[in-house]
Amino acid sequence: MKVKELLFAPVFSNNPIALQILGICSALAVTSKLSVTLVMCIALTSVTAFSNLFVSLVRNHAPGNIRIIVQMTIIASLVIVVDEVLKAYAYEISKQLSVFVGLIITNCIVMGRAEAFAMKNPPLASFFDGVGNGLGYSAILIALAVIRELFGSGSLLGHQILPLATEGGWYTPNGLLLMPPSAFFLIGLFIWGIRVWKKDQIEAPDYKMAPNTKPQAQEV
Amino acid sequence: MASNDSIKKTLIVTILLCIVCSVVVSTAAVLLRPVQEKNKSLDFKRNILAAAGLADEASSQGVEVVFSDRVKTRAVNFDKGTFTDEVAVAEYDQRKASKDPARSEDLTADQDLAKIGSRENIGLVYMIEGDSGLETLVLPIRGYGLWSTLYGFMALDSDLNTVVGLGFYEHGETPGLGGEVDNPAWKALWEGKEVYGDDGDAQLNVIKGMVDANTPNAEHKVDGLSGATLTSRGVGNLVQFWLGENGYKTFLANLKKGEA
Repeated sequence: MKVKELLFAPVFSNNPIALQILGICSALAVTSKLSVTLVMCIALTSVTAFSNLFVSLVRNHAPGNIRIIVQMTIIASLVIVVDEVLKAYAYEISKQLSVFVGLIITNCIVMGRAEAFAMKNPPLASFFDGVGNGLGYSAILIALAVIRELFGSGSLLGHQILPLATEGGWYTPNGLLLMPPSAFFLIGLFIWGIRVWKKDQIEAPDYKMAPNTKPQAQEV
Repeated sequence: MASNDSIKKTLIVTILLCIVCSVVVSTAAVLLRPVQEKNKSLDFKRNILAAAGLADEASSQGVEVVFSDRVKTRAVNFDKGTFTDEVAVAEYDQRKASKDPARSEDLTADQDLAKIGSRENIGLVYMIEGDSGLETLVLPIRGYGLWSTLYGFMALDSDLNTVVGLGFYEHGETPGLGGEVDNPAWKALWEGKEVYGDDGDAQLNVIKGMVDANTPNAEHKVDGLSGATLTSRGVGNLVQFWLGENGYKTFLANLKKGEA
């Protein structure tokens, strides 16, 4: 596979959030502010990329029985390193992300790519696959965060864009957008939008309604 | 690939992997420790200033500048309720002292509202002084919530009764539920509340639900956090503990009389 395809296919045609519906938990939790989201995206992309790289490096030596534990150990170590770096260089944001950096360990995207791709492909391709899936995750998260911060608090990256009614402006912020459930609605709308554009992502219906065969009982 | 699944290979891979990973993790932890410590102490000072209502000054002039200009750190002996010079405030590690049996006092179950086990003999308080003497007094408080010990500050006005601010700088409560102790809107509810009732006891507490301003003693009550009953109860208890007999009460009474 070409590098370009590995990097950009996960952004729209095979998006981890919009098509595979993975990694939803952090997509709800960390997208109320764009600055926090950006740090989370960088953290997740680097963990996915490097865990794919290292898992791929040991893939021919990892015993099948303990391969998941091997992957988890690698992922967990990387997450701790990322957490330590954030605590050192982005202390405020790491406090806001709180447990969610630690929870990258259980992020389905990281585990999914390690098991599904890195165990079967060479290191470099795996690395790019990790970056690509990180980008796909980031694309959705950044879109969510832009909408949620702009219409929820009237600002972007902390800069006031829409003057708030409470501070003498005209914009009444939508409080729902600051709550995690709003991300569910937005992700749903994104999935709808992507499927209108890329029709091949629409799944076949699980069942079809059969026409009603029995005549209805006549009303007396 | 069959050889990969032999017991010998499994053990070798496991051990090597563990060694490599632990070296990576501990290297990162050790190398980054100094920067993290600096961030932590800065955050500590920023929280003291924030509880005292000096957050704006701190962000415009820098935390270190405002802190060294405005804040005077003093050590307090809890039992005697007086200032003490037994320890050097710059080097005193209050958290360490609270776990050292020689420098702390075990609390009995009915004393230990905040569930902290033992209380250090000497604590630090932070005084913000203006031209007319003490303006704000910032008291470190801590106690158990639902999952973790919450560490924070409570700031009192110069009457040593009215709350100026409250904030926690370290806790491990559930984000979105108990973690809402960090919510500025909730912290703002504490402002203007009064600690001691007419009988001299610490009355300030967190109640379940909203405080109706018309009920008696509304000035001693703060709204509980919805979805975080146990964290709210923990915060109420720790406030009761630290402002009570085993906390700062004696010291505050002495300070009021000018005998501290």
